[in-house]
Amino acid sequence: MTTVSDAPKATFRLSMLIYDTRYRSMTIQVVALFAFMLMAAWLINNTAQNLAALGKPIDFGFFTERAGYDINQRLIDYSSNSSHLRASVVGLLNTLLVAVLGCALATVVGVTIGVLRLSKNWLVARIMTVYVETFRNVPVLLWIVFFMAILIENLPPPNAFRGADPAASMLFGDSVALTNRGFYIPEPLFSRGLGDISIFGAFNVSLELLAVLAMLVGGFFAAGLIRKRADRIQEATGVRPTTWYLRLGVIVLPVVALLYALGFYLGYPALKGFNFQGGIYMRNSLIALWLALSFYTAAFIAEIVRSGILAISKGQTEAAAALGIRPNRIMSLVILPQALRVIIPPLISQYLNLTKNSSLAIAVGYMDITGTLGGITMNQTGRELECVLMLMLVYLVISLIISVVMNWYNNRVKLVER
Amino acid sequence: MSDLSYVRKEMLSQQAAPSTSVGVIGWMRENLFSSWLNGLLSLVALYLVYSVLSAILPWVFHSSWTANSLQECRQQISTAYGPDAHGACWAVIRERYLQLIFGFYPSELYWRPILAFGLALLALAPVLFTGLPRKMLQGSLAAPFLVPWLLWGGSFWIPVSAALGFVLGYVAFRVVSSLAGSLLGLIAAVAAAVIWWLTLASAWVGVMDGVIPLGIEAISSRNFGGFMLSITIGLVAITVSLPIGVMLALGRQSNLIIVRAICVGFIEFIRGVPLITLLFVASVLLNYFLPPGTDFDIILRVIIMVTIFASAYMAEVVRGGLAALPKGQYEAADALGLDYWKAQRLIIMPQALKISIPVIVSTFIGVFKDTTLVSIIGLLDPLGLSNAIRANAAWNGVVWELYGFIAFMFFVFCFSMSRYSMYLERKLRTEHR
Repeated sequence: MTTVSDAPKATFRLSMLIYDTRYRSMTIQVVALFAFMLMAAWLINNTAQNLAALGKPIDFGFFTERAGYDINQRLIDYSSNSSHLRASVVGLLNTLLVAVLGCALATVVGVTIGVLRLSKNWLVARIMTVYVETFRNVPVLLWIVFFMAILIENLPPPNAFRGADPAASMLFGDSVALTNRGFYIPEPLFSRGLGDISIFGAFNVSLELLAVLAMLVGGFFAAGLIRKRADRIQEATGVRPTTWYLRLGVIVLPVVALLYALGFYLGYPALKGFNFQGGIYMRNSLIALWLALSFYTAAFIAEIVRSGILAISKGQTEAAAALGIRPNRIMSLVILPQALRVIIPPLISQYLNLTKNSSLAIAVGYMDITGTLGGITMNQTGRELECVLMLMLVYLVISLIISVVMNWYNNRVKLVER
Repeated sequence: MSDLSYVRKEMLSQQAAPSTSVGVIGWMRENLFSSWLNGLLSLVALYLVYSVLSAILPWVFHSSWTANSLQECRQQISTAYGPDAHGACWAVIRERYLQLIFGFYPSELYWRPILAFGLALLALAPVLFTGLPRKMLQGSLAAPFLVPWLLWGGSFWIPVSAALGFVLGYVAFRVVSSLAGSLLGLIAAVAAAVIWWLTLASAWVGVMDGVIPLGIEAISSRNFGGFMLSITIGLVAITVSLPIGVMLALGRQSNLIIVRAICVGFIEFIRGVPLITLLFVASVLLNYFLPPGTDFDIILRVIIMVTIFASAYMAEVVRGGLAALPKGQYEAADALGLDYWKAQRLIIMPQALKISIPVIVSTFIGVFKDTTLVSIIGLLDPLGLSNAIRANAAWNGVVWELYGFIAFMFFVFCFSMSRYSMYLERKLRTEHR
């Protein structure tokens, strides 16, 4: 006769911390946390000791002190009497400026080249391959100094535009001047302007710009409504109304009307004294950085676009045609949504790379945040720890914002699988 | 019926294809001028190629190789090709190419970096080319110790003592794990190795130097420069970052929340900041983080930061490989009763790493290109050296020749590596089908 004994009473023994898989993961985590904290404490302790020995405790007070240096490319008012904080903000805006310009140009160039690389034309496809390989396999820093050298060595100085028979002439009917100091382009001006609005008492934002932006946003919103209505009509009747002129008009017309009401005109640069006056001045360092980053990143974007298009199998096009969809609708309804799902995530990480690479501005003297906060401010105040940590924090925040956007998009377009 | 005269009785011989669809003309019609748009595109492209080449080629070939200064270059070119000729002054490359490659490394010791990089290549060969015998991998283990010794020189016992740490750790692991299980064994191994390196190793090296003085001339890293510096940083960063990256990727994938949080935090932090800020840390901050009085040279600090940078990227690459493995592989390993480390070592990692080799190679290309950034914090990599060369009065104003040479060298390195990764991709793809 067998007796059923109870399961062995679970008593906790110390050795179970290691041998029992239920507790072992706990043990490992506690050990890891302990080691991590020990390491962090060691680093912080070292830092504190070193800083105490040097006699400079951590202090962010220098941000309110007078900066004392000039920044020659800036989006907001700044003078050498402004504070280090304002200098950093000017730098941050410059970083964002070159990042936005760079992303836009890189996308245009990259998509063009990626599509042309798939061209049936042998010569064009080969040229694009050469472009991609050349730009991908040479460091971006080299491209930046290279473009800077091209601008400095090959473009005429401002005084070449002077005289009755100048050696150089302005482009597009005397509106754009390309000099070795930078580019001068016309600036938008308003004869019946609305003035500026001050935000936080720190920045002046022109109301005209805000008004135009608001009009644009409203226009796009209205265009979206018109498209939704077209969708509804198509679902109900099977016939899609032609709406492209309506949508275009609702975006363009209000903006044009607003610009007319504000008395929009262009202010052209003109040679006065030793240099050009008027217009928007883009320094050669900005141009070099912008072009180099764009063309470098465009090579990567071209590859992304190419592989995205190749990833959509020919059967998709054929299936759509078999369903009776017209060729231009096949592109927008079947191919692009699928290709974009492949293209967008690596594309955004290229934007992120471009933004991080814009920190190389320091090599050509463009005053981005690395040049102001991590360059002159750091050298003047001697606050290396604070400056570098703030610099890292700024870039980290930019990266996090971009990756949040990327994750949001990924989740939106993700295939819903079983 | 049978003599219908219009029925041909014998086969006609085949006619030649129309001349417009064969040969050069046919190829051109098909590939360049298949439609009017294509034709226009071809003409534009041809004009583009012509204008670029006609601008560059005369400059490249109307050149001077023998001059000793930029002035002399210009004189030679204008006497040889006419007063209007613009030519390259390749003489600067002839005079300085050794410096651009080796920096200020003593010229009589050039054999050491050459031998070191040759050894590194030999050690990498069995990893890169699967056709080679697997036995070579055991030889590869010696390279991480020999290559730095050849580059920096010093006592032969330093690399030996570093290797001894690993041997000690391995012995400790075998002994303790047979007595008390693998986890304690691992801890004992790490402890033994660390204790050896931190306390006994230097004394042991001193003793061995006293008994058998064996060593080569020590070279300070101040003398490192040029492509040698780039390759050194890139090579060290990539070899060290691979194991760290694997550990980080495993940590990120693991179920242990705290471990995962630490790994994710580290990876995202490093990937979120530009390399240049990490190099600032190396040049101005690292000394704050270490015990007071610690001071080691800038190149080592830069190598550490570049390695940390590469590890974070490598972790993401390996994570991609892990994610690409079908779930069945993990479950099969569990079903076989393998524990976590055995499953990783025998089942998961070999496959995950194989999948990610092409991306690892492109990460390496990226890190190698990024080594140019060290010129910003004042190290003499090729780009930094080019500024130093221009500072010389004889070569003041030489721009395109130096940039062109550096770009060409980088292109050769990176292009051949990317071709290699494409070869791998093709090979791996055929294996999977």
